[in-house]
Amino acid sequence: MAKLKHWFASGTPYIWLNAGAVSLSLIMVFGLVALIAVRGLTHFWPASAIAFDYLEEDGSLTPMMGELVDTETVITSVPAVDQPETAKETVIKRHLIKQGNRDHAGLDFRWVNEKGMENRHYPEEIMVIERREWGNFYGYLKSVNVGAVTHEGRDHWEIFQSAIDRSLDLIGRIRHIEKDLIGAINYKMEQLRLDERGLELRGVMDPEPFAKIQNARAALQEEYNGYTGELEALYKQLNKDSYIAMLADGREVTMPVAKVVRAYRPNEMSFLDKCGFYLIKFWEFLSDDPREANTEGGIFPAIFGTVLMVIIMAIFVTPFGVLAAVYLHEYAEQGLITRTIRIAVNNLAGVPSIVYGVFGLGFLVYFLGGNIDRLFFPENHPAPTFGTPGLMWASITLAILTVPVVIVATEEGLSRVPRDIREGSLALGATKAETLWRTVLPMTAPAMITGLILAVARAAGEVAPLMLVGVVKLAPSLPLDGNAPFLHLDRKFMHLGFHIYDVGFQSPNVEAARPLVYATAFFLVVIIIILNLTAIWIRNRLREKYRAAEQH
Amino acid sequence: MKGPEEEIVKNDTPTHAMDLGAVVKGTPEYNLEDEDICLSVNNFNLYYGDKQALNNISLKIPEKRVMAFIGPSGCGKSTLLRCFNRMNDLIDSVRIGGEIKLYDQDIYEKSINVAELRRRVGMVFQKPNPFPKSIYENVAYGLRIQGVKSRRALDAVVEKSLRGAALWDEVADRLHDNAMGLSGGQQQRLVIARAIAIEPEVLLLDEPASALDPISTLKIEELIYELKSEYTIVIVTHNMQQAARVSDYTAYMYMGKLIEYSDTNTLFTKPKQKMTEDYITGRYG
Repeated sequence: MAKLKHWFASGTPYIWLNAGAVSLSLIMVFGLVALIAVRGLTHFWPASAIAFDYLEEDGSLTPMMGELVDTETVITSVPAVDQPETAKETVIKRHLIKQGNRDHAGLDFRWVNEKGMENRHYPEEIMVIERREWGNFYGYLKSVNVGAVTHEGRDHWEIFQSAIDRSLDLIGRIRHIEKDLIGAINYKMEQLRLDERGLELRGVMDPEPFAKIQNARAALQEEYNGYTGELEALYKQLNKDSYIAMLADGREVTMPVAKVVRAYRPNEMSFLDKCGFYLIKFWEFLSDDPREANTEGGIFPAIFGTVLMVIIMAIFVTPFGVLAAVYLHEYAEQGLITRTIRIAVNNLAGVPSIVYGVFGLGFLVYFLGGNIDRLFFPENHPAPTFGTPGLMWASITLAILTVPVVIVATEEGLSRVPRDIREGSLALGATKAETLWRTVLPMTAPAMITGLILAVARAAGEVAPLMLVGVVKLAPSLPLDGNAPFLHLDRKFMHLGFHIYDVGFQSPNVEAARPLVYATAFFLVVIIIILNLTAIWIRNRLREKYRAAEQH
Repeated sequence: MKGPEEEIVKNDTPTHAMDLGAVVKGTPEYNLEDEDICLSVNNFNLYYGDKQALNNISLKIPEKRVMAFIGPSGCGKSTLLRCFNRMNDLIDSVRIGGEIKLYDQDIYEKSINVAELRRRVGMVFQKPNPFPKSIYENVAYGLRIQGVKSRRALDAVVEKSLRGAALWDEVADRLHDNAMGLSGGQQQRLVIARAIAIEPEVLLLDEPASALDPISTLKIEELIYELKSEYTIVIVTHNMQQAARVSDYTAYMYMGKLIEYSDTNTLFTKPKQKMTEDYITGRYG
C-alpha cells in the first residue's frame, strides 16, 4: 500500500498518462491521414479488368466484365425452395463490380455473389476507355474508322491510340479557342456593353463615344466570326473518326473517338507501365478541370480557389487583427470596457461558423454589395456585380470568423515584449508610435504569424459559411485570369471542402465518386499542412531573431 | 533578478570608511557654488497612488560633472532619476508635485514635448537592453527616429559613438551582427553608445554596472570618467565604492528623502549627518 502511494507520489503514473495521451493523439492523426491517403491515392492505380459469366438467380448466365472494387462477407438467410420453414443462415462472399458502360448496361456498379461467378479470367485484350460522358467503358476493340478507312486486325490498337492523340490535340485547340480567345472577346464585349450603358445612364448625347464603341464591337465581332469558322472546321475534323467495340455480351457498338479521354488495356500493362499511368492520372487529378458533374477529371479549380481565398483572407485578417490588438493592448485604457471587449472577442471565436455565413450573406453580400453595385456599377443593373456571393465576400467572411484568433495571439505577443526594450526606445526620444512601429511590432511578428497560422488552419477547412457567400459546385472560370484586372474578386469560386461535400453527397454516382472524396480530402489536408508549414517556417526564422531579447 | 545583483554589491561594498577615504583621496575639491547648474529640483514630491515615494526633494545638479545618488534599495533614487527624463509618465498611478528644471525650462510644463526632452536627457538602464537588431542599427536608432537617412552621416555617428563608448575596437568588424550576441558588458557599452549617438545634454545612468562582472564594471567606470567632459552625468548606484570612484558630487537618500548632498570627497570623508555616516561605514546596510 505504501509502495503504491509512493509510486503515485513519484509522478510516474502521470508521466505515463501524459505520454499515453500524446501517443494516442499522434496515432489518431497519422491513422486518419494514412487512411484517407490509402483510400484516395490507390484510386489512380489501374486495376485489372476481370471477365466472367454470372449465374443469375433464374439460372441464366450473364457475361460480365469490369473491375473488382470491393469485397464483403455477409450473412443471409435463404430458405430452401421446398422447405420454407428451414431457413438457414449462410455466409456468402460478394463482390462489387464496376462494369461501366452506363449507356448500355444502365448501372455501372453491381454486387455479385462469388458463388455465381463462373469462368473467371483476365483476357489481355480487355480495353478500358475513359470517356467524356457515360463514365468508363469496358469491352473489346473491334475496329477503328479513321478518315473513312476501317482498320481491323493486328495494328488497329496502335491506330486507335494515334486517333485518340489526334482528337485530344484537336480538343485542346478547340478549348483554347473557346475558353481563352472567345472568352476574352466575350469579356471585352461585356465591358463594351457596360461602357455603353454607362454612357446612356450619364445622359451623354455626343454620338462620338457611341460610334467608338460600335467600331470596337464590330472589330470584336469580326474576330469572333474568324474564330467560329476555325472552330467549325476543327469540330468537323474531330467528329470524323469512330470505333466499334464489343461489349461483354457480344453486342457491337459504334462510338465516336472524340469522346475518348484515354484507352488502355490494364491486363497487358507491366508494372512500370502502371507506374507511368499512375503518375499521369495523378497529375491529371491535380491539374485538370473536373468532368461529368465533378465525378471525373481533376480538382485544380478547387485547389486554386481554396489557396487564393485563404491568401486573400490572410491579407484582410492580419492588418485588421493586428490593429485591433495594438489598440486594445497599447492605447485603450484598461478597464471594464476593454475587459468586455476582450471577452466578446474571445466568444466570437466560439460562434458556429454558419452564423458567420448568414451574417456574410445578409450584411456583406446583400447590404454592402448591393450598395456598392448601386453606387459604382449602375450600368450592370439589374445584374449584380458585388451584390452576389463571390470570392471577396467569402474571404471577408472568413476574415471576420478568424480575426479573434489573430487578436488574441497578437496581444499575447505584445505583452511578451519586455518593458525595458520599450523604455530603451522611449529614452532615445522615440514617441510611443515610433517605438511601436520600429521595435515592438517587429518583435511581435512571430506571435502575429502564430495567430495567422491558426487563422489559416481554421479558414482553409471551413465549408459551411462558404456555401452561402461564394462557393459553387462548378465555376465556369478561375478568379484569376488574363483579362484585366486579372483578379476578379466578384467571381464565384470552387473550394476543396465544398468539393468533398458535393462529390460525396450530391453526386449522381456515389460509388464512382467515393475514391475521389478520399483523394480530395487528402489534398485538402495536404494543402492545409503546406500552408501551415510555410507559416511555421517563417515564424521560426523570426523567432530565432528575437529569442535573445525576449529572455529579459 | 535581484539575486546576482546583490551578490555583486556585497562583494564590492567596502565595509570601512577608511577604504572610501583612500578611494576619494586625490579627487579635487568641488564647490557647488562655483558650478553652472544643469538640473535643479525644487520641492519635488512623487506619489505612487497613495504611497509617497519622494518627499520634498530639492537639489541642484552641476553641468559636466558626475553626480551620484546612493542609498539603500527602495530609497527613491531610481525614481528620482527617472523623473529627469519623465520616464515615470509611463506608470499610470504616478502623481507629482513641485518642479524640475533643465536649465531654465520646467520639464513638467504642459507645453513640453516629452520625446524632445528625452533626446536632451538620455538614459541607460540597469540591465543592458539592446534592441534585437544589428549593432549598427542599435546605435543609429535615435538618429533614424529623428529622420536622418544619409548613409554617410549615420556611418560617421555610429563610429564616433562606438568609439566614445570604447566599443569600436571590439565590434568594428561585425557591425551588422545581431547585438544580442554581445556579452553583457559589451551590450551595456553599446547602450551607452546608443544614448550618446543623439548627443544628449544629460546622461542618466541607472545602476549601469550592477549586472556586470568586475572587469566590465571597470570599463564602464573608465567610460564615465571620459564622458564627463562632454555630458552632465547623473548616476544611481548601490555600490558606494563606485560612487566614490567616479563621481564629483554625491547625494545620499533614505526613504524618499534627501539626507545629505555635497561633493563626493566631503560626503565620504566628513559626512555631516549621522545617518550618512552609518550608511557609508556599513553600519546600516
